[in-house]
Amino acid sequence: MKKIFFAIALTTTVGLVYLGCSKDIHGRTDDLPALNPSNIDLDAGSWKLVLLSRPDSFVVAAPAATNLPGYIGELNEVKGLQANLSDDERDKIKYWGAGATLRWNEIMRELVAKYNLPPYQNEDGSYPAPNGANPFAYPQFPFSNPPYAARACGYVSAAQYDALVACWYYKKLYNRPAPYKVDSTIGANAIAVKTDLPSYPSEQAVLAGVTAEMMKMLFPTEIAYINSKVDELQTATMASGACVRSDWVAGETLGRQIASVFAARGRTDNTSKAGGTQAQWDSLATATAAKGEIPWHSLETPARPPMLPFFGNVKPFLFDSLTVKNVLRPGPPPSTGSDEMKKQTEEVYSYTSNATAENLKIVQFWADGAGTFTPAGHWDAIAAEDFVKQNFSEVRWARNFALLNMAEMDAAIVCWDAKYAYFNPRPSQLNPAIKTLTGVPNFPSYISGHSTFSGAAAVILGHIIPERADAYMAMAEEAAKSRLLGGIHYNASDCKVGMDVGKNVGNYAVQRALTDGAE
Amino acid sequence: MRISERTKQYMIAAVLVIALQTQTANAQTDADAIMMAKNNFCVGPMYGYGSWENYWEGTYKRSALNLGTVSSQMVSVMGDYGITSKLNFLFGAPYVKTKASAGTMAGTDGIQDLSLWLKWMPLEKTIGKKTTYAVYGVGGFSTPLSNYEGDYLPLALGLHSTTFSGRVIADIQHGDFFATASGTYTLRNNITINRDAYYTTSMHYTNEVDMPDMVAAQFRAGYRTNRWIAEALFDYNNTIGGFDIRKNDMPFPSNNMDWTSLGVNIKYNFKKVPGLSLVGGSNYVLHGRNVGQSTMFNGGVFYIFKMSKSAATSHSCKLCSK
Repeated sequence: MKKIFFAIALTTTVGLVYLGCSKDIHGRTDDLPALNPSNIDLDAGSWKLVLLSRPDSFVVAAPAATNLPGYIGELNEVKGLQANLSDDERDKIKYWGAGATLRWNEIMRELVAKYNLPPYQNEDGSYPAPNGANPFAYPQFPFSNPPYAARACGYVSAAQYDALVACWYYKKLYNRPAPYKVDSTIGANAIAVKTDLPSYPSEQAVLAGVTAEMMKMLFPTEIAYINSKVDELQTATMASGACVRSDWVAGETLGRQIASVFAARGRTDNTSKAGGTQAQWDSLATATAAKGEIPWHSLETPARPPMLPFFGNVKPFLFDSLTVKNVLRPGPPPSTGSDEMKKQTEEVYSYTSNATAENLKIVQFWADGAGTFTPAGHWDAIAAEDFVKQNFSEVRWARNFALLNMAEMDAAIVCWDAKYAYFNPRPSQLNPAIKTLTGVPNFPSYISGHSTFSGAAAVILGHIIPERADAYMAMAEEAAKSRLLGGIHYNASDCKVGMDVGKNVGNYAVQRALTDGAE
Repeated sequence: MRISERTKQYMIAAVLVIALQTQTANAQTDADAIMMAKNNFCVGPMYGYGSWENYWEGTYKRSALNLGTVSSQMVSVMGDYGITSKLNFLFGAPYVKTKASAGTMAGTDGIQDLSLWLKWMPLEKTIGKKTTYAVYGVGGFSTPLSNYEGDYLPLALGLHSTTFSGRVIADIQHGDFFATASGTYTLRNNITINRDAYYTTSMHYTNEVDMPDMVAAQFRAGYRTNRWIAEALFDYNNTIGGFDIRKNDMPFPSNNMDWTSLGVNIKYNFKKVPGLSLVGGSNYVLHGRNVGQSTMFNGGVFYIFKMSKSAATSHSCKLCSK
């Protein structure tokens, strides 16, 4: 008896200790090596800009020479930092050393996920709306839903790109070497990968400045968090031996100035009018009914206002607004009363009533619903992990993310334009017997957002990393299919047309990539 | 979008499944102070039903109109084998089906977790004619029997975590009345979910979820004879760590899920068919955090098989075999 108990006790103890030790979780990008570009892209100052007219639109004064006492003092500051590194500071250097564009993109996705929560209803069954003028009141501004998130990623990435092109322009112009090149003691202690890239102005500082200003506009309740990240990046970059204080200050100032151009565009790009009013929502339904079609209605209780019905009027980056309506908008879906629609609805029902474990997995992997970083963030995550393996320079990271995220933002605009032009009901509205395997999004069905986002992303990513083109397209097809399998989209009308429209948007990004001077 | 659906799922998974498992039967379970005699094997089917309309989002109690009433049914096989009269081996394996009465979300169904326990009674002492004290130690292990998804609460079948638990039970029987107190610590393994990133209170770029451990306490008291057991029980469950569901967010497997509940159980041993018993019970969540306010019912039929001739007693309860 005692032996049995002893055996049980021993097994349990060993089991508990083993389990207790194995609970640490590592994120996939926690332990990346330092960014070590295969090409520093020294001529990137001549790449085609998005909004700026010239790379020197904002003047950066010439730096002091590296043999003057002021600069020597700045080197001493770096040495002081290097002499007193805590473990935490070393961790931060390693974290940011993997690439500031990558890390800011991860922070961006974090903010998107944090703010991607639909507001809770009022007592009377109406819903409050976030208010940018009073962002801390419930519901906090913004509700970072898929179109908002795609636009946020588009603005941040495009602004980062213009800012780094300007940064590279001045780096080449002034050609001030990095501290680890000037002083061998810093070189000996530098934790940064040593390259020939000039350090004035600091690219990490430019990214910190431009990103912080853009994020303040997009996520105004997060200013303290954003500023803490800027401080963290500054300390890490200087302590790594990659820049001195004047490199940093010049870069951060330049970044913040360039952000002001993008922020000004953002305030007037029609996003503030995308929510609409009750009268406008009603008129969408009335106009659809007048065409003899069943208009979409919210399947939530209480009924929720449609999500950003006028987002299709937002000004895109890769083409103009007329192209959205006249070129990229797909033709109408089958009539809601047609046999074709009935057939497609039955197809949805058959998938949801025979869900396999494998199908469920696909639905959940691509769901990207409330509380997540949305489809645009999902494609950024896929891109980021592949970019890591490509050893891009920081400016090329920014360029590639700008191409991807401008495509995602514009895909959102084109998709939302179609959704509200046709105001087509979800499968569960036409057949309430359809039970969905993921939540039904609160906006019209035609065309599928996931399919549009994914088609656009697969095309531009396949251009950037051609050997992965087939893999990206397969992922996009799966993402599109996941919406059929989940019971929230028709296949032929929503998913397939969404993919085609997305690919068309992606091709605009490819056209830009072919002519921006980076290839 | 589809906020509230998941919230409800959580509750079912946490409260229904866990609660049903630990108090399915009032006879020969891992949580009571009853042992099977040596070489006796008690086994039978259990059915459980639980539902809720309200849940706690953090500490805020609300309804989930897009789910309506969230219900869970469970059919389980439970068994208890007496290795010796002081050492029992118990198991349970449920099939679970969840459903939401409103909204569009489909419920799920499938085989959930296998649970195994070793229950040991190192001490049993009778003082005078009427009073018996006993102490028990229970080691538990549970692991998913199928590849169900722990995400998508509250319609998920369970949390998909492999767990190890340790429990101490103290029991006193005086005449026909008894009282039992127990405390449990449950260590929960990390789980993986069907997505590559998730947000808790910060972003996690992984599909692995750190599951906080749990502590539980239970007090039960009532009437216990060879023929009848009728008892009331109070449960306290506390997740150590985890985070609250944010306003209008979905529930998540690593939420901080706490609850207290009150319940009753009845067991009847048939006179004419020795070894056959009926059990039934009900349970109600009084207060919780990130769980649904469930009401549960369960019932089952058990039969004791004598695995060897040497086990002469038809009744297995050591404490009340007067």
